[in-house]
Amino acid sequence: MIVECNTVRFDSLALDSGGTLAPVDVAYETYGQLNAARSNAILALHAFSGDAHAAGISHETGKPGWWDNMIGPGKAFDTNRYFVICSNVLGGCRGTTGPSSINPSTGCPYAMSFPVITIGDMVRLQKMLIDWFGIPRLLGVTGGSMGGMQALEWAVSYPDRVVSAIPIAATTRHSAQQIAFNEVGRQAIMADPDWRAGSYYGHNPPARGLAVARMVGHITYMSDDSMREKFGRRLRGKQDFGFDFDVDFEVESYLRYRGSQFVNRFDANSYLYITKAMDYFDLSSKHPSLAAALEPADSRFLVISFSSDWLYPSYQSQEMVRALRSRNCDVAYVELESNYGHDSFLVDVAEQSELVRGFLASTFEKAQ
Amino acid sequence: MSAQAANHQANKPAFVHDLLGRSDYAIIGDIVAPGTRVLDLGCGEGELLEWLVANKGVKARGVEKSSARVQRAIARGVSVFQGDIDGGLADYPDQTFDYVILSQTLQETVYPREVLREMLRVGKRAIVAFPNFGHWRVRLSMLTSGRAPRTRIFPYAWYESPNIHFLTVFDFEELATLEGLKVERRYCLAGRHKVTLLPNLMAEVAVFLVTR
Repeated sequence: MIVECNTVRFDSLALDSGGTLAPVDVAYETYGQLNAARSNAILALHAFSGDAHAAGISHETGKPGWWDNMIGPGKAFDTNRYFVICSNVLGGCRGTTGPSSINPSTGCPYAMSFPVITIGDMVRLQKMLIDWFGIPRLLGVTGGSMGGMQALEWAVSYPDRVVSAIPIAATTRHSAQQIAFNEVGRQAIMADPDWRAGSYYGHNPPARGLAVARMVGHITYMSDDSMREKFGRRLRGKQDFGFDFDVDFEVESYLRYRGSQFVNRFDANSYLYITKAMDYFDLSSKHPSLAAALEPADSRFLVISFSSDWLYPSYQSQEMVRALRSRNCDVAYVELESNYGHDSFLVDVAEQSELVRGFLASTFEKAQ
Repeated sequence: MSAQAANHQANKPAFVHDLLGRSDYAIIGDIVAPGTRVLDLGCGEGELLEWLVANKGVKARGVEKSSARVQRAIARGVSVFQGDIDGGLADYPDQTFDYVILSQTLQETVYPREVLREMLRVGKRAIVAFPNFGHWRVRLSMLTSGRAPRTRIFPYAWYESPNIHFLTVFDFEELATLEGLKVERRYCLAGRHKVTLLPNLMAEVAVFLVTR
């Protein structure tokens, strides 16, 4: 399935910070067919470093989408039955307006003049896209990690537009630990002299800082078990230590590789802005309690967490589920056994697929 | 249900059709009124809830401890929460459900009395089904072997049994009285038959419908 990324432009977007962004481009891909009743649409929401290319093979890069094992004909999000949409988030660097986009009033990239954005802003923009498609209600909003946060935001902000929500490995608010890791990443970028206070466009990007940020990120996405399995203490292409600071261990080589690859596809300022949006995320912030924040939610929920995920631990999903239950929401929850840490929702999808398939089928049936 | 309907129920033939292979499910399926809100505690793979949704149009919720069972329940479209029954209902507001079902699980809970109280806090009615430890086979097994009884309904060796509390029909009634609960209905079953004579001795499984 070869897929193409499209872009739609909206005149302006009101932001939580009080500002307005105008105009705003949104990059999106779609898979499957919207039915005549427009009742089979699912919005897939990508995680921190994802993009609109969720499934199929990209016409542009030849690469499969980030959730290609979940979205497609006969897969959990079965594109023979459902119409799946995925868009790049606001602040991103893969087609949707972000800090690397040209500010029309100056003709230069926004860089640090880009307004600070929130998960709520991202969702408001996605809602404009869904309106543009003419879809009255989404059968499902779903995603892992930051995608799950957006799914929750959707369910709370637009309850009448969301039949079901499937937040996976997510949270209703970023914890101190999550904020801390994001701050390390941001500091690594900003400490790189090439960052130039964000105005590095046209120069070398802060590649070393961004690579270090990504290395830290990758550690948090894995688990002690999965790293031991994948790398152990194996040395990289040598029999003995080098007694220097070149790569000795496999794990070092892997992290360096991942870090350097990331620089080619991701904008350092997007890293700053999107991690900030995640850190600001707290559904309950303007309410006396989380349960009160979830009051408007009227969707069916399927909440999934993973046993080895220490970045978005199960207790965060359980907190969400308990608050939903206290509102008597229709919520199903399970913690899946997996060794892959936070990355489980991307890589360990056999059980997740069965859950989503059954949940969606029954939701679709009830909604008809 | 009216007294007349209850009488009608009592006058039915003693034979109980099974539902999904279980006679206690058949009784529960009979008790639950259409279109009601039902919570099933220890719901396993959600078979009973699925049946109640399809045949009684209920709003179904379940709680189950085993991840594998929860997965199968969700995959069949039932909204099940993975969690413990002991202390796990605290989040539900009062009187959320019309029925709270506890089928063959009371004897596995750590704090059965608290579970019963919670059931009647979150629900208007509790349906409790449990294996009767007073059944004559249990008594005979213990008397003759001098060991922890093993029968058709208590098949486990003591060191493998999930059952941690053993109760009889009389025991449950005593607890109900102690808790000030009203037994709306009681069904005693032996195999596929209802038992009326000497239920504490003859019943393998008892199903109670209680209210506060």
